[in-house]
Amino acid sequence: MRALWTIFRRDLTLLLFGAPGRGGALLPLLFFLAVAMLYPFAVGPDAKLLARTGAGVIWVAALLAAILPLDRLVEPDLEAGFFDQWALRGIAEEGVLSLRILAHWLSFGVPLMLAAPLSAGLLNLDGAQLWTVEVGLLLGTPGLAAIGVTIAALTAGLRAGAALGGLLAIPLAVPLLIFGAGSLQPGGESGLLLLAASSLAALAIAPFAAGGAIRAGRE
Amino acid sequence: MQPCCLAAYDLACRRGDRLLFKGVGFELAGGEALHLAGPNGIGKSSLMRILAGLLRPYAGHVEHDGTLALADERPALDPHRPLGEALAFWRAIDRAGEARADFGLEDLLDVPVRFLSTGQRKRAALARLAASGARIWLLDEPLNGLDAHWGASTQAAIEAHRALGGIAVIASHQPLQLQKLRTLSLLEHLP
Repeated sequence: MRALWTIFRRDLTLLLFGAPGRGGALLPLLFFLAVAMLYPFAVGPDAKLLARTGAGVIWVAALLAAILPLDRLVEPDLEAGFFDQWALRGIAEEGVLSLRILAHWLSFGVPLMLAAPLSAGLLNLDGAQLWTVEVGLLLGTPGLAAIGVTIAALTAGLRAGAALGGLLAIPLAVPLLIFGAGSLQPGGESGLLLLAASSLAALAIAPFAAGGAIRAGRE
Repeated sequence: MQPCCLAAYDLACRRGDRLLFKGVGFELAGGEALHLAGPNGIGKSSLMRILAGLLRPYAGHVEHDGTLALADERPALDPHRPLGEALAFWRAIDRAGEARADFGLEDLLDVPVRFLSTGQRKRAALARLAASGARIWLLDEPLNGLDAHWGASTQAAIEAHRALGGIAVIASHQPLQLQKLRTLSLLEHLP
C-alpha cells in the first residue's frame, strides 16, 4: 500500500505539473478554454444560438482535451522500464493503473470543472445549464480518464501510438458525449444516469484492460 | 540473511518465429554467481527477462526463493528529476535501508538524470539495484559504459553481495574477474 501511495504521488506530480517532454495539466485546460473562446467567433454572436449549442461544444472540448495528454500517460514509464521494475517488486499493473486513472482525472477532469463556468460565460449558458454541465462533467470525466489510460496502455510502444490513440479513444468516448450533451436537452435529465452508468462501466473495465495490455506488450 | 536460490529447468525462448535457445538449465544457491556468455542477439537479455519473470519461456520453468532485482539498459529513473530524488523514489518503495555500495554518486545527487553520462546512468541503475535489498541480482551487461575503475568497483560490489549470501546472474560479453564464477554459454544451447 505504501508503495502504491509513493507511485500515486509521483503520478500526480508529473501529470499536474508536467516535466520536459511530458506537458502538464495546463495544456488540456487551455485547449478546453480556447474552444469555448473560438466558437462564438466562428458561429457569430447570436446569444440564442450560443446558448442552445454551447453546452454541446463544452462536451466536445472536454472530450478532445482528454485526448491531448494520452501519449504521456503510460508510454514514458514503459519506455524507461518503470513497469518492469514494479512488476519485479510484485506491484500489480492493475493497482498502478487504477491510481493512474485517479491521478489523470485529478489533473484534467477537475481543472475542466473549474474552468467550465468561464466557458459557460463565453458561450452564454444560464445558471441551470451550467449546473447540468458541471454535474455531467463530474460524472463523465472519470469515464474519459479511464478510457484515456486504457488506450494509452494499449498504444504505448507503438510507432505513431499517439495518433492511433486519439483515433481509438474517440469512438469509445462517444457514449459519454451523447449522454453528457443529451442531458442538457429539455427533458434529458435521465441522460445523467446513463452517463454515470457508462462512466462506471469504463472505470470497472479499464484497470484490467490496461494491465493486460502492458503484460501483453512484454511478449 | 535468509537463504536464497534460483533455478532454471530446460528453458527455451522463442521470439517471433525464431527459437533463440533451448535446454538452458542451472541451479544457483546463495553466494554463487553465473555468467551468461554469448555474442549479441543470442538471447542473453531475453533469458534475463525470463529469469525475472517478465517474459514467459517457450518451454521450461524458473524457480526462485528470495527477492529479485533487475538492472538492464533501462534505468527506470525519471530523466527530469535530480538523481537523488529519482533514487529516493525507489528507496521509498523498497524501504530496504541504506545501500552498502554507493557507486560514487554523492557528487551527482542534485544533477538531473538526463544530464548524466552513459556510465553515470549505469552506475545509478546499479545503485538502485544494490539499494533494493534484493537477494538475487540480475545484471544485464552491467559493465557497458563503465571505465576500468568503475568496472572493478562494480565487480567488487557483486563480490560483497555474494559474500553476504546473495546470488548474481550476469549477462555480459566482457570477461569478468569474479571468484568461482560459473559460466553458461548460450552458444551451446542453440536449437
